[in-house]
Amino acid sequence: MNALLLTVFTPLAGMLLLGALRSARVAGWLNLALCALSLAGALWLAADVLAHGAVAGDSFRVDALSVYLVVLTAFVGLTTAVFSRPYMRYVHEEKRVSRGGLRLYHSMYQGFLFTMLLALTTDNLGILWVAIEGATLATVLLVSLYRTPAAIEAAWKYFILCGVGIAQALFGTVTLYFAAQHALADPAANGLSWSALYAVAPQLEPRVMSVAFVFLLVGYGTKVGLVPLHSWLPDAHSEGPTPMSAVLSGLLLNVALYAVVRMKMLTDAALAHSATPALAGHLLMGFGLVSFLVAAVSLQRRRDIKRLFSYSSIEHMGLMTFGFGVGGPLATFAALLHMLVHALTKSAIFVTVGHATHISRTQRIDRIRGLIRTQPMVGWGLLIGVAAIAGFPPFGIFTSEFLLLSATMRAWPWLTLPLLIGLVVAFAGLFRSVQPMVFGAAPPGQYPVRANMLPVILQLALVLVLGIALPGLLAHWLDQATQLITGRHLL
Amino acid sequence: MSPAAMPLLDQAVLVLAAMALFTAFALLAQTRLTAAIHTFAWQGALVAAVAALTGRASGDAHLYVSALITLALKVALIPWMLHRLVRRLALERQADPLEHPALTLLAGAGIVVFSDWVAEPVARFDLSATRNVIAISLAIVLLGLLMMVVRRQAVAQVLGFMAMENGLFLAAVASTHGMPLVVELGVAFDVLVAMVLFGVFFLQIKDSIDTLDVDRLSQLAEPVEDDARGDAP
Repeated sequence: MNALLLTVFTPLAGMLLLGALRSARVAGWLNLALCALSLAGALWLAADVLAHGAVAGDSFRVDALSVYLVVLTAFVGLTTAVFSRPYMRYVHEEKRVSRGGLRLYHSMYQGFLFTMLLALTTDNLGILWVAIEGATLATVLLVSLYRTPAAIEAAWKYFILCGVGIAQALFGTVTLYFAAQHALADPAANGLSWSALYAVAPQLEPRVMSVAFVFLLVGYGTKVGLVPLHSWLPDAHSEGPTPMSAVLSGLLLNVALYAVVRMKMLTDAALAHSATPALAGHLLMGFGLVSFLVAAVSLQRRRDIKRLFSYSSIEHMGLMTFGFGVGGPLATFAALLHMLVHALTKSAIFVTVGHATHISRTQRIDRIRGLIRTQPMVGWGLLIGVAAIAGFPPFGIFTSEFLLLSATMRAWPWLTLPLLIGLVVAFAGLFRSVQPMVFGAAPPGQYPVRANMLPVILQLALVLVLGIALPGLLAHWLDQATQLITGRHLL
Repeated sequence: MSPAAMPLLDQAVLVLAAMALFTAFALLAQTRLTAAIHTFAWQGALVAAVAALTGRASGDAHLYVSALITLALKVALIPWMLHRLVRRLALERQADPLEHPALTLLAGAGIVVFSDWVAEPVARFDLSATRNVIAISLAIVLLGLLMMVVRRQAVAQVLGFMAMENGLFLAAVASTHGMPLVVELGVAFDVLVAMVLFGVFFLQIKDSIDTLDVDRLSQLAEPVEDDARGDAP
């Protein structure tokens, strides 16, 4: 329990502390230290959960599924903080952000991490909703941090679309609570507790649960970035500060998908003996596949580098959603692994993109040229990152996509075809844009910048290791999460 | 169950909910901002009254707390903040007529029918007065959504957003006698923070494009993307 409190409430304390702190220099370091503390707590928590099973109490509950995302969240939070400290100072020196803006940034960075960790560790579905809405509120002012008309427009769109979406999720939660009241003995005390509901899930009224699930999927799906509610995502990613894009892509989308998966577990158990037992799975497959294909096509001919990679995030989230929809141990394991490797790779890519835009002073793809000549580390980082995200062996994304394809081949052979086509199309779109950025001739007057590539190297190395040989501990860990979701072990 | 056979309190809840639905339509068609804010405040008062009555009927003390929070937030604080913003931005006299009023209202009627259809499985499951209120609250949520789609004025969009929150609160109160208190507090906190952020945004939007007509926020559409912006790392 102590580990849990340390993990979740360090960022909350950090939010208040950094909000009061005036010195920008100290704030960057403090942000880093707080993230490190939270990660230490997360690792401690993971050791607890691995040793004794789920940690529960006081409407918190951490099991194999959530703890793996907790560690991932804290880790990406830390590596992005390493990148953000010098980057935000540079942005500040460029006079694009005021001192107050910088203070807001650091405070809300911690606030965002707090809402993410709270969403992952709470057992109460109402708190889960409050936390995910809180994540929107924490990040919305960061998207408009640069105060350009485009940034304000992006933030407004993000706010309105996510607000509308998440309202649907609250309606779904209310409907769920309604179903719970007829199944639980004491609904007022634990009517929204996920574990209590899961225990009595077969008694939940199936028709009410299907209505609830549709609303929850639409609501949380908006934050996952599922088509057709995805249009906030490229705007928010491209206009906000780059560290924000890294954590949005690496963390927020995952946590929203985590909420969807929790709801699917409840719905599946409730609908098991009804006329449509696989309703939730089929909906996820449909939304996932459409998002994947639409994003793969949208990757073509992008002009803005951050928009390019945000469409790639939609593509991968679609793939994961599809994987969870297919269900079964293999597909679920693949989707969980994909969540992990995508978050690591994508945040590494955004960090590299931050350096690349710093070097060439633009986000326009046709003006970013010759990165490898100007600063080999950044050029290679981008190239390797893109190779990883496009699913080249031996990187981890290849492994998870391969597993997902085999699972699809077994369950829905015909759907492998659109998946393969989508992967090829996405690959073409990415490489057509990235190849000239990395190899083209550097324009005159382009100089290297001070870049700390350590987080990128670390994360890409991890993705490589995960692709070559999945460590036994991690495989066991993911297997436990798979068992939790599908009821069966893969390994 | 015929309405006459219901307990008096249930009948009152139904009437109040129906009036809240009516205010949702009024919000949809209201072109003047000040009047729309007043309508929104009335809607909040109706929803708070439903919460208090349900609390009376069921004896749940925490429903009174929820009713008080709603009263403070939706009837007093948020309308007051919006009023202040509208005055500060000199928008009192601005009218924002709908482009196709008849069509919009017809779509609203369609939404009510649709909500009734969606709430049908819930209604079959539970034979009490609440079943109609779930349909009504869903209709209020979706009418708020419609309002955000058809209105171009940022303040009107925010009113639509807040009206959705009213619908959600009504659903929670009517169908389940309110969510657990900690959740309701969390939701109320989120709504409050959202309102403050909306205020910040109005000022930012006004500063950057000198109007609150959000149709002007369309630079991020792809074709203009390359020329309008670009040199921003």
